Amino acid sequence: MAYLELNNINKTYGEGENATEVLSDINLSIEEGEFVAIVGFTGSGKTTLVNLINGLLKPSSGEVLFKGEPVVDTSHERGVIFQNYSLLPWLTVGQNVYMAVKEAFPKESKSTLQQRVRDYVDMVSLTPAINKRPKELSGGMRQRVAVARALAMNPEMIIMDEPLGALDALTRGNLQDEILNIWSKDKRTALLITNDVDEGIYMADRIIPLKPGPNATLGPEFKIDIERPRDKTALNDNPNYKKTRNAIIEYLMDIGESRKSVSQEEFVLPEIAPKSFVA
Amino acid sequence: MEQEITLKKESQPLAFLKPLVVKFTPKFQKGDIISSLKKTGITIVSILLFLGLWHLGSKALYNKEAAYKIEKALTEQGQAAADAERACIASGDSSCQPNTLPSPAQVWSSLQALIADHKVITADKAAFVEKMAETNIKLVEQGKDAIVYTGRASFVDIVLTSIKTVFAGFLLALLIAVPIGVIIGLSPSLRSAFNWFIQVFKPVSPVVWYLLVFMIVKTLYIGDSSDNAFVISFISVGLCAMWATLVNTAMGVSSVDKDYINVAKVLKLGTFQKVFKVILPSSLPLIFTGLRITLSVAWMVLIAIELLAQSQGLGLFVWEEFQNGANDSNAKIIVAMFIIGIIGFLLDRLMLTVQNMVSFNKNEGV
Ligand SMILES: Nc1ncnc2c1ncn2[C@@H]1O[C@H](COP(=O)(O)OP(=O)(O)OP(=O)(O)O)[C@@H](O)[C@H]1O
Ligand SMILES: [Mg+2]
Repeated sequence: MAYLELNNINKTYGEGENATEVLSDINLSIEEGEFVAIVGFTGSGKTTLVNLINGLLKPSSGEVLFKGEPVVDTSHERGVIFQNYSLLPWLTVGQNVYMAVKEAFPKESKSTLQQRVRDYVDMVSLTPAINKRPKELSGGMRQRVAVARALAMNPEMIIMDEPLGALDALTRGNLQDEILNIWSKDKRTALLITNDVDEGIYMADRIIPLKPGPNATLGPEFKIDIERPRDKTALNDNPNYKKTRNAIIEYLMDIGESRKSVSQEEFVLPEIAPKSFVA
Repeated sequence: MEQEITLKKESQPLAFLKPLVVKFTPKFQKGDIISSLKKTGITIVSILLFLGLWHLGSKALYNKEAAYKIEKALTEQGQAAADAERACIASGDSSCQPNTLPSPAQVWSSLQALIADHKVITADKAAFVEKMAETNIKLVEQGKDAIVYTGRASFVDIVLTSIKTVFAGFLLALLIAVPIGVIIGLSPSLRSAFNWFIQVFKPVSPVVWYLLVFMIVKTLYIGDSSDNAFVISFISVGLCAMWATLVNTAMGVSSVDKDYINVAKVLKLGTFQKVFKVILPSSLPLIFTGLRITLSVAWMVLIAIELLAQSQGLGLFVWEEFQNGANDSNAKIIVAMFIIGIIGFLLDRLMLTVQNMVSFNKNEGV
């Protein structure tokens, strides 16, 4: 039995005539200790998928199993890095992280928790901004706070919804390594949503594309057979890397093309000849 | 890299003075000075213009009424009476002055008269307290009530009573509206249960609130001879003004950003924590907007309610002066009008400062 299992998941938003099925027939299983990346087009339902896994949303049909148990609620075992940071604007950086660690480690002393806050804020290089409020930070800095907050809770599984999207290349690289470090150190399980194929290849064991919506479903998986620890500079010369990268990009471009033609078809007017009036 | 982290809210008790400090610290930038001079200049010019128009207007009204009086004396009693009337009006004798909109100068002298009166009454009071000190000590020793000064209230006392009433009413509104607003904001079913109630009672006028409170308080105080005018008026003010806070609180609590709720869920905050650490802070700006409206409504309805409740405040003062019809009554009414306006303005500024302090969407202190 896999660590995380999604069986025949469907997710519909809205009811009656307004109902749109965003995700259809999603099947996914992730083993303990694995690092899986999902790449997908914007609006295809990646965040929806993440919220189904972390317990914020319930599937319309199908089941999510975490360690064999159905997911019915959120849990400290599954840490989430939200796409839109979701920091509380009235708290400082330190307070935002502190709130999380206090909930995750209710028995620890205050000073231990504060040290933990400092460690994780330092990890994302935000120590100088620890007493600032989110409004005073740049988008990238906010995203780093969100990373620190999720990782500081020491979750078994890390669920990341485009966590590094707004970062410059250098910080992005550093944080990728930091996340990989934490993941490999205690053998966590990780699910990364990303729109950057290179990031997926650098970090993940498997890349799974999410087809464009509506009715988005998962495409065929691509295994990344590159030994860890991976070296960013050497990666470019790795034949395996080139092959996988090309295969994924080709696939994505293909489904991107088909999306275009599908959306064109949608605008073709149906035949509405008034034959039913006669009959 | 040793960096002190503060996990509590920074304690800057005087942070609210920051805007003032910024305003009054001279910044030597030519553009700033010129623009602020210009602003002050425009304000001064507009005040002068206002006073000028007022002066001319009151003069015209005065002349109109004077001419009518003389004309009336002429037609009813003949030339001699008309001349006497004209002389009387010209002499400034108070018995025959036209009683109309007072001029700025009259209002100014009325203000000074009221202040002088306040000084006299204060001195009176002090003398009385001194005189009665020994007697009162004895009375208290005998277990009787001390004798207190029951003379006329001075204008300053009246203003203070009004302020006291409005703050008591505001506090009552806060204590009722915020908790109820939070509760109905949290529960959609309670919200619909309360909705008709809010919609029906919100538009009720201050006079009717007063009558309602009067009915109830009168019965509660039955057999008690003490003065309940203050109680009646502050309760009426509170009930009349609390609706904005109630509605805003409920709205703020029920419309908390979904992202924050998701954070609370992912961190698995308990209900108490969720309400006090996430929902309330995020609705504070709306709650304070409501409180600001409540305070200004409270001040506005106060005058009418004090009048009805016979509470020794500005409302009653204005009404009594109007009934009184004395020579300087009109001027006193205008003084009261300005005092009411200025205090209302200051109260609103106070709330605005508080509101800016709690609003995390603005840069603090700017
Ligand atoms: N609460 C909701 N109610 C109705 N429709 C929703 C809701 N949330 C998302 N959707 C719709 O579902 C679809 C997928 O949304 P989702 O946020 O999961 O996409 P995404 O892949 O995360 O997009 P992005 O790359 O922009 O983050 C979108 O068409 C969106 O409009
Ligand atoms: Mg998304």
